[in-house]
Amino acid sequence: MDWMIALTFISQTIRISVPYTLAAIGGTFSERGGVVNIALEGILLNGAFTCVLATYYTGNPWVGVLAAMLGGLATALIHAVVTVTFKAEQIVSGLAINILAMGATRFLLKVIFGSSSNSDRIVGLPEWKIPLLKDIPVIETIFSSPLILATLVVIVASQFLLFKSVFGLRLRSVGEHPEAAESLGVNVSGMRYAGVALSGVLAGLGGAWLAMDQHSFTDGMSSGRGYIALAAMIVGKWNPLGAAGACLMFGAAESLQMQLQGRNVPTQFIQMIPYLATIVVLAGLIGRSIPPAADGVPYEKEKP
Amino acid sequence: MNDILRQLDRGQLVQKLSGAIAVPVIAVATALLAGAAFIAAIGQSPVVVYGILLRGTFGNFYGLGQVLFKATPLIFTGLSVALAFKAGLFNIGAEGQLYIGAFAVAWVGFTFSGVPGFLLVPLCILAGALGGALWGFIPGYLKARFGTHEVINTIMLNFIAMALTGYLVTYVYFVPETVHTQRIAAQAQIPRLEEFWPVFRGSPVNLSLFLALGAAVAVYLFLWKTKFGFELRATGSNPSAAEYGGISVGSAVITAMTLSGALSGLVGVDFVMGYKHYYEGGFSSGIGFMGIAVALLGRNHPLGVVLAALLFGALSYGGLVVNAIVPKELVDILQAIVILVVIAGTNVFGKLVLSLKKKSLG
Repeated sequence: MDWMIALTFISQTIRISVPYTLAAIGGTFSERGGVVNIALEGILLNGAFTCVLATYYTGNPWVGVLAAMLGGLATALIHAVVTVTFKAEQIVSGLAINILAMGATRFLLKVIFGSSSNSDRIVGLPEWKIPLLKDIPVIETIFSSPLILATLVVIVASQFLLFKSVFGLRLRSVGEHPEAAESLGVNVSGMRYAGVALSGVLAGLGGAWLAMDQHSFTDGMSSGRGYIALAAMIVGKWNPLGAAGACLMFGAAESLQMQLQGRNVPTQFIQMIPYLATIVVLAGLIGRSIPPAADGVPYEKEKP
Repeated sequence: MNDILRQLDRGQLVQKLSGAIAVPVIAVATALLAGAAFIAAIGQSPVVVYGILLRGTFGNFYGLGQVLFKATPLIFTGLSVALAFKAGLFNIGAEGQLYIGAFAVAWVGFTFSGVPGFLLVPLCILAGALGGALWGFIPGYLKARFGTHEVINTIMLNFIAMALTGYLVTYVYFVPETVHTQRIAAQAQIPRLEEFWPVFRGSPVNLSLFLALGAAVAVYLFLWKTKFGFELRATGSNPSAAEYGGISVGSAVITAMTLSGALSGLVGVDFVMGYKHYYEGGFSSGIGFMGIAVALLGRNHPLGVVLAALLFGALSYGGLVVNAIVPKELVDILQAIVILVVIAGTNVFGKLVLSLKKKSLG
C-alpha cells in the first residue's frame, strides 16, 4: 500500500513538473541572452489558450500543440519587440504582457465559448501504450505521454545547446557582455530575439501540457506557474539541468501538498517552499546564484 | 554634488517635461484605439460603448462615487510604486504588502474591540502601514545586505504573503463557512462619503479617499522638500554619485522600500475599515500590479499618480458598466497596452526630442 502511494507520488511529481520545467528552461534561454522574462506566466496562459482553440476547431490535438508553441512564440515576440527593439524596461514589459494575456484570454473565452470560467472540452493527446514499458510503474507515466518525453528531450538538448554549441556561446556572450560580443561580430539584437523566442516556444509548450492535461482551458489556469518557473530558473542557477532539478523539487512539494489535503494540515506552508527557497538562494545563504551580467540591461548600440 | 545633480536635471528637463505630457496622452489614445478595434471585432460600436462608459462613470454622482472608490486603493499602490521608483527601486511587491497590511488592520480592528474609536482608528491605520512596511522592509534589507535584486524578492514575497494570510484566514482567524475574519469593531469603521454628501448614495467611496490624497501630498513633500527625500532621489538617479556624495545608499534603499510598503499597506484601511469591515482572502484582484501602471502613467509624480489612478479607476468601473455588451476584461487589455506604449514610448520619444534638440542647436 505504501509502495503504491510512493509510486503515485513520483508519477504525480513528474506530471506537475512538466510545465514548470518547460517554462523555466525557456526563461533560462531568455535570461542567458540578457532579457529578463517575467512574461512566462502570460506565455503559459496564451499557450494553453491557443492550444485549446486550435484543438477545438481542428479536432486534432497535435495541431493544438503546434498552436500552443506558436501562441507562446507570438506572446514572447511582443516582449522582444518592446524590450530589445524599443529597449524598454524588461520587467514592466513582462508584467504588462501577463496582464494582457490574462485579459485577452478571459475576453476571448467569453466571446468564443460564452463562459467566464472555462472552454468547451477538447480531445487530448493519445496515450502511448508501449509494450513492456506500459507495465512498469513511473516509467509508464513517462513513456505514455508524448509531452513528458518531449520535456526530457528539451532538458538534454537545451543543456547541450546552451553550453556546447556555437549558438549557446553567442547567446551567453550577449547576456554577459554585449559590447564584447558585438565587437566580435555577434548580432546582439538577433541573439536576444532568439533567446526570447525560444522561451516563448518552450513556455507555450508548457501551456499545451496544462490544456491537454485538463482537456479544456480554464480562466487563469497558469495560476502562478510562470513565477514558480522563474524561481526554479534562479534556484537552478540559469542552467537547464539545474532548472529541471529545481522544478522536480518544487513539483514534489506540490505533490506532497496534494497528498496532505483534507488532513487538516496547513498546506500554505508547503506552498511557500519555492518562494522561500528562491529568496534564500538569491541571498547567497546556500551557495551563490549569479545571474548573467547583462541580464535586464537594454543594449544601446551607440553609446554617447 | 548638488551642482552635478542640478546639471543632470537641466539636461533632461526638456525631455522630461515633453515626455510627461505627450507619452501618457499617446499611450491612452493608442489603448483606446486598440480597444475600439476589439469592440468592433465583436460586432459592437466603439462610439456607443465608449459613450456608455463615459456616461456611466463621470455622468452622474453614483458613477463618480464608484470611480473614486476604485481610484482610492490605486492611489495608494501607485504612490507606493512611484516612491520606490524615485529611489531607483522596483517594487512589484505592492500586492503582498497590501494583503499583509489589510490583515493587520483587521486583526487590530477585531482584537482590540474595547478601545474607543478615537484611539482604535489611528491604531488600525498604523497597523496597516506597519504590516505593509514590514513586507517592504524585507526586500529592502535583502538588497542592502546581500545585494539581491528587489524584483525577484518582491515577487516571491507576494506569494508568501498570500499563503501566510491564506493560512491565517483559513486556520486561525476565521468565521466558519466563510473565507473572511470576524468584523472589526464598529468604532473602527470609517464612514462612507454618502453620509456627508447624499448625492453619492450607494457608492462605497469612503473617507479613506482623503487619506489617499493626504498620502499623495505627504509623498510630494517628503520627496521634494526634505533632506531624506533628496537623498532617496539622488540614490535613484545615480547611486554611485550619491554614495560618493556621502549618502548611505543602503539605508536609502531600506527606507524607500519600507515607506513604499507602508503606502501599499494602507490599502487595507480603504478595504477593511471603509468597505467590507472584515479581512477577506483574495480581495485585491491585482490592485498592487495596477499600481505599477498608475505610477508609470503618472510619471512617478504624486499629482500624476492621482490623475492616473482616477483614469484607471474610471476604466475599471467603466468595464463593469459596459460588461453586458463587451466583456469587462477589455479594461485589462487597455491597461496592458497603456503600460507597453508608455515604456516603449518613453525611450523612443526621449531620443526623438534629443535628436530634434541636437538639430536645432546646429
